[in-house]
Amino acid sequence: MNEMTSPNVTGPDVTGIETTLKDWETDQEVRWCPGCGDYAILKAVQRTLPQIGADPKNTVFVSGIGCSSRFPYYVESYGFHTIHGRAPAFATGIKLANPDLDVWLVTGDGDGMSIGGNHTMHLLRRNLDCQVLLFNNEIYGLTKGQYSPTSRLGTTTPSSPIGSVDRPASPGAFALGAGGRFVERGFDVSKKLPEVLKAAHAHKGAAFIEIFQNCIVYNKDVFHDFAAPKGVEDQQLWLENGEPMLFAGGTKGIALDAENLMLAVVDVTDGDWQSAGVIVHDATNRAVAHMLIDLHVAPKFADFPMALGVIYDDPRPTFEGAIAEEKEKSSAGRVPDLAKLLAKGQSWTVPG
Amino acid sequence: MATVSVERKSALSKSDGDKPEAVVVRFAGDSGDGMQLTGGQFTLSTALAGNDLATFPDFPAEIRAPQGTLFGVSAFQINFGSNEITTAGDAPDVLVAMNPAALKTNVTALKPGGLVIADTGEFTKRNLSKAEYDQSPIEDGSLAKWDVLAFDISALTVEAVKPFGLGKKEALRCKNMWTLGLALWMFDRDRQPIVDWLKAKFAKKPEIADANIAALNAGHAYGETAELAGPLHKVSVDPYPSEPGLYRTVTGGEAVSLGLVAGAQLAGLPMFFGGYPITPASAILHNLVNMKEFGVTTFQAEDEIAAICSAIGASYAGQLGVTSSSGPGIALKGEAMGLAFITELPLVIVNSQRGGPSTGLPTKTEQSDLYQAVYGRNGDAPMPVIAARSPSDAFYCAIEACRIAVQFMTPVMLLSDGYIGNAAEPWKVPDPSEFEPFPVSYLEAKNGPGDTLLPYKRDERGVRPWIKPGTPDLMHRIGGIEKALGTGNLDYSAEVHEAQTYARKSKIDGVANAIPEQDVCLGETKGKVAVVGWGSTYGPIHQAVRRAREKGLDVAHIHVRHVWPLPRNLGDLLKGYDKVLVPEMNTGQFKTVLRDQFLIDAQPLNKVSGQPFTIAELETAIAELHG
Repeated sequence: MNEMTSPNVTGPDVTGIETTLKDWETDQEVRWCPGCGDYAILKAVQRTLPQIGADPKNTVFVSGIGCSSRFPYYVESYGFHTIHGRAPAFATGIKLANPDLDVWLVTGDGDGMSIGGNHTMHLLRRNLDCQVLLFNNEIYGLTKGQYSPTSRLGTTTPSSPIGSVDRPASPGAFALGAGGRFVERGFDVSKKLPEVLKAAHAHKGAAFIEIFQNCIVYNKDVFHDFAAPKGVEDQQLWLENGEPMLFAGGTKGIALDAENLMLAVVDVTDGDWQSAGVIVHDATNRAVAHMLIDLHVAPKFADFPMALGVIYDDPRPTFEGAIAEEKEKSSAGRVPDLAKLLAKGQSWTVPG
Repeated sequence: MATVSVERKSALSKSDGDKPEAVVVRFAGDSGDGMQLTGGQFTLSTALAGNDLATFPDFPAEIRAPQGTLFGVSAFQINFGSNEITTAGDAPDVLVAMNPAALKTNVTALKPGGLVIADTGEFTKRNLSKAEYDQSPIEDGSLAKWDVLAFDISALTVEAVKPFGLGKKEALRCKNMWTLGLALWMFDRDRQPIVDWLKAKFAKKPEIADANIAALNAGHAYGETAELAGPLHKVSVDPYPSEPGLYRTVTGGEAVSLGLVAGAQLAGLPMFFGGYPITPASAILHNLVNMKEFGVTTFQAEDEIAAICSAIGASYAGQLGVTSSSGPGIALKGEAMGLAFITELPLVIVNSQRGGPSTGLPTKTEQSDLYQAVYGRNGDAPMPVIAARSPSDAFYCAIEACRIAVQFMTPVMLLSDGYIGNAAEPWKVPDPSEFEPFPVSYLEAKNGPGDTLLPYKRDERGVRPWIKPGTPDLMHRIGGIEKALGTGNLDYSAEVHEAQTYARKSKIDGVANAIPEQDVCLGETKGKVAVVGWGSTYGPIHQAVRRAREKGLDVAHIHVRHVWPLPRNLGDLLKGYDKVLVPEMNTGQFKTVLRDQFLIDAQPLNKVSGQPFTIAELETAIAELHG
């Protein structure tokens, strides 16, 4: 079957409201552990919202349960802290009821990939227009440190004292596999996080962002090889649509190993990436997105840098748009007359 | 097996000369024989003839169970008459058995002297053995208690549809219409509505429509000729003198859907329905998808949990959220109900009960989810519960559920069951202008002192305001964590939790002041025995109490619609009787609630066979308790 390729335009209007970071802060005391990566993400979101002209009255933050899911309490917009794993379902109801709302979904690796994995999958395949911020810290924080579905093999926790034996899930690969049309990555202390959030917001449809987040209490610094505040830039491959895939200050790039049909790291001398065979990033190329998502994460590609930024972006009509169209089609030419509805079907009259 | 000659008279004896007040017919066949369709169309023609009626579709959980097996039998019973009909009838007068298995599983229910119409074309050696008959019951005299009209309906059908060039398999599929034609002749019904229905149903396959019409006509014509020779004759049942007006037939599934749409209209709200396929609740989703012009959005979710959560999301966004399921699905929705309860958002949850626990009896009826409805959530989370008593009553109950949900900002559970959901009855079509609207208003401006917002500020009934996202200046956060009074900000403190727990409880208790007092539907307001029912036991209880009263017993029928909170006068009312009998299709759940709430010695009468009570069972129990 041919999928329709024209993106519909039923997303929220960006009304260009002028706000400042302060306008997005609530009077609630933030209750994350001191030093938690969530603080940095919160600031990045509060910095981004004014930049995209977001209107607090039309902005809704929806979350499930877990450390990350406390997020809505700290953003001065509408917020709904729901139940474990189900935020995508609430978001779906909210967006279908009022497509003008700008819906941000905040979840974690336990909330979104374990108990709520099913809902995450369906939200992505349906392509509900919203931003899904999955804070991945590879641990259950709020329940005091059990291994999560993204914990690496051998993670030692109270529920896996001699090391976890579950093979981890990859949120990015999951999102692509579920039919997500936008997959992106960032990390908590990254200066580029507002740019990452903006790109997700600009995408009409479900925008999935895996945000690596440092749980300093239960899983400290597990991402430090690529997501430390400083000194690991060479391990970051920041992707930009239409630009060559360069990293390490432009001295290295990603090329296609055509023989083995996989990606390879190549050296780039004097900025001549063309002759090194470095690929230009085409965010609509789903096959390449699948390869990029594995870099650094899959053991086979451990020596590669982590792919960050917009890995995949190829919009399709949104779910709420399709539901609105379906409703219009189904109601066409019908007048809502309750008396007629009640009398519908084969009826008879008892004369008086 | 001995052949006995039984002295008897035919249940529908022609020589009686009298017209029967009511007749019960059961159509039974293989689950692929189209018995539900036959029953449905016979129901329609009966309604059009002006009889009062009630039906009981009874089908297996398998879509196409192996042919000819005992567990694959699908049956449809209809009771129709010139008097008020409230049950599908205890024992059939006529049984149409399309194969040996259908005969075996149904014939014992038939009244002595009743008529069996059997298709001998299906009484093959193989089918007899599948039905665990050693020899054909038609020939061995074991049916001597009944009149038997056995002939080859299969062959007659094939013959009748010959001109249309169908294959044998397709030709045989017209058997149900042949049988319906015979039944229509028997009860002197008009064939035209069925002909119209067939033409519409097979508009794209006119040859199939024509074949079915030919079969229908052939069955009808057969009646004329068979009458001369056999036990078959025309039976005439006078119309039921009902109030003048426009009538239609309605099933509980239809009535719930219509009631939800009406309820949303009366509230002035668009409706959001989140559902997930489950028997027997799916009918509601199927109906609502065709009512979108009324501002209905339907969402087939990925699971039961997503269905309710999406509905809560829609309620949060300002629509009337509705979800529906059956027991196993309701169990999955429990946590989300708690969230709707603590965040105090309106929500209607429809439970079409079926036999449980777990998967239980998916296509059979039971009332065993009452504890689940009243108590089935973690924490102190009382929720209004309303139970429909009949298909048409489900319409009014659905409106009531919507009203309470929006007026009290609470989830409300509406209990129906498999019997109500599938059964049909005539319904005097109400005039929507007679319903009192209950328009909803949202909070539009800050409501606290000094220009502050208090999302959990309660009015005199303890109800908080409804605030829609999108409203300027009223941004706020809600969630499932315990919340401070007024502001709704996170607050785990002991005194706040205690205060909020009681505030929520007293709000729900207060619903009792917004519902009618309990009435007595038959009998006096005090006396010897009260029979207290809820839900779909209404019909049999009503008839049993009526008959007991005709015999001079001091007994009354009370039927409770508001299962939680209970009507404010119910305790005092029940204390006015010496004895209280509570018949239920469970092991005594409402009995326990009544004992707990009113410290009365409510006596249980229970049935958990997946079948409704018969009138006779209830009459016996009433007589025993009455003494």
